[in-house]
Amino acid sequence: MSNLSLGAAGSFVQNQTIEAKAPPPPPKSRDWTLTRVAGTTWLTFWILGGLGIVWFLLNSNHVALVFQDDGFLPVSITHNAKFLVKYGEKFVSGFLITLKLVGLSMLLGVLLSIPMTFMRMSKSRILGGIAYAYIYFFRGTPLLAQVFLIYYGAGTFRIPLQSIDVWWFFRDAWNCAVLAFTLNTAAYQVEILRGSIQNVAKGQWEAAAALGIPKWLTFWKIILPQALIVSLRPYGNEIILMIKGSAIVAIITIFDLMGETRRAFSRTYDFQAYVWAAIAYLVMVETLRRLWDRIEARLTRHLKR
Amino acid sequence: MNEIFTLLSFGNMGWGDEIALGVAMTVSLALASLPFGLLLGFLLALAKKSEEPSLRAAANIYTTIFRGLPELLTLFLVYYGGQILLQQVLSLFGDVYFEVNAFLAGMIALSLVFSSYASEAFLSAFRAIKQGQYEGANALGLGYVQTMRLVILPQLVRLALPALSNLWLILLKETSLVSIIGLADIIRYSNMAARTTKEPFLFFSVACAIYLVLAIISSTGISRLDSWAKRGETHR
Repeated sequence: MSNLSLGAAGSFVQNQTIEAKAPPPPPKSRDWTLTRVAGTTWLTFWILGGLGIVWFLLNSNHVALVFQDDGFLPVSITHNAKFLVKYGEKFVSGFLITLKLVGLSMLLGVLLSIPMTFMRMSKSRILGGIAYAYIYFFRGTPLLAQVFLIYYGAGTFRIPLQSIDVWWFFRDAWNCAVLAFTLNTAAYQVEILRGSIQNVAKGQWEAAAALGIPKWLTFWKIILPQALIVSLRPYGNEIILMIKGSAIVAIITIFDLMGETRRAFSRTYDFQAYVWAAIAYLVMVETLRRLWDRIEARLTRHLKR
Repeated sequence: MNEIFTLLSFGNMGWGDEIALGVAMTVSLALASLPFGLLLGFLLALAKKSEEPSLRAAANIYTTIFRGLPELLTLFLVYYGGQILLQQVLSLFGDVYFEVNAFLAGMIALSLVFSSYASEAFLSAFRAIKQGQYEGANALGLGYVQTMRLVILPQLVRLALPALSNLWLILLKETSLVSIIGLADIIRYSNMAARTTKEPFLFFSVACAIYLVLAIISSTGISRLDSWAKRGETHR
């Protein structure tokens, strides 16, 4: 029917169809260069290692996959996870203690770092010198040494501390850990804050002064918001460093994630304790890192073009 | 005051000689980990900037793991895990007992952590070197190794030095963790002295002071190294 109405033109189209373009040649298979061999080997090693860890965890919890030849479910799982039943709950409580320690000392560190930053940036030589010495000490010595200095060192001053009735504070390992971590993170936070405040262009101060805005208001409304955006990334790094550093409190008998891990390992000699701890820390740090990237992207969206 | 000097003196009465041994241990551990960490970090940076996606992915997994784990946990994983693994392997060959050396375990753990951070330092230094440098070297007929050695590395050292010297100071502080697996470093000896003499504040203050002195010495060394690395830069 359509052929009839189209007439000669229709038969032309039918007879002389333009040849379709040849499909593009399939992508050339990449050569097995030395780097590709190395990369694939390395990646295979990681995958095998990951599978090995999964197998190790399943095996040491007596989780076995038993294939049956009858029935719909070919897999049945027998489990006798003594370790997880016994220590799983403790791991969770250790995890919460780690979070509490890091959260509390970060918060107290923020409170302490603000006046310290003013001291560090003040024109007074004495105040600046004190702040400088404080920062130099806490950034220059290991956190472990600081924790020991406060926790064990307080014992030297037991009698004077008792006389002013603060001995109860230093007798408790938790208080000492929080104090040491707060002092330590405050020193790093002062440098973060100072660096980001100084990073704000001087013209901002001058322009605000030209508008007759008082200095404190300039700082609060103009300088600080710009400085905090710059300091977002170093603050995120500092939290991650604190999470990782918090593992050492296990040495002074605090049962954080690391402490619970050590306790479980010393009782069972089951290496899966450390494997679980490693997974927990990795998940914690990676989650925080990704979350922080998101927050940063959100807060700096007005700076993007 | 006299009492303090007696406690810190060298010889039978004081702890000076023990602490000096601890300092030697700390410094030698840090110095022993440094070359491995630098070399591994450099190779990792090469892997991360390569065009091969699998190599990049593998190197990034390495960095994610060793930057995410607490240093103490890495140390325990190497020390106890290494022990168990070696024991398993050796039991295939018969009844051999083998104990993992604490120094070696510390060195491996510190090198692993150091290299994952150093790779980022090297990578950002690589990115700061312009493509024209490679093209220029190519135009002069230099091969890959020669380009690296004569053109890229001298610039890389200069660019990566500030970040690497920071990492060195961190490494020096991290060596304190090996005292927990029983290696006799500054902290270990201070701890022993503190327990024996019941003067914990004194000995831990001394330990902190030693770390500060080590940091100050390092800073002097680093600023010399820095001016050496910048010797080619003309003052304009």
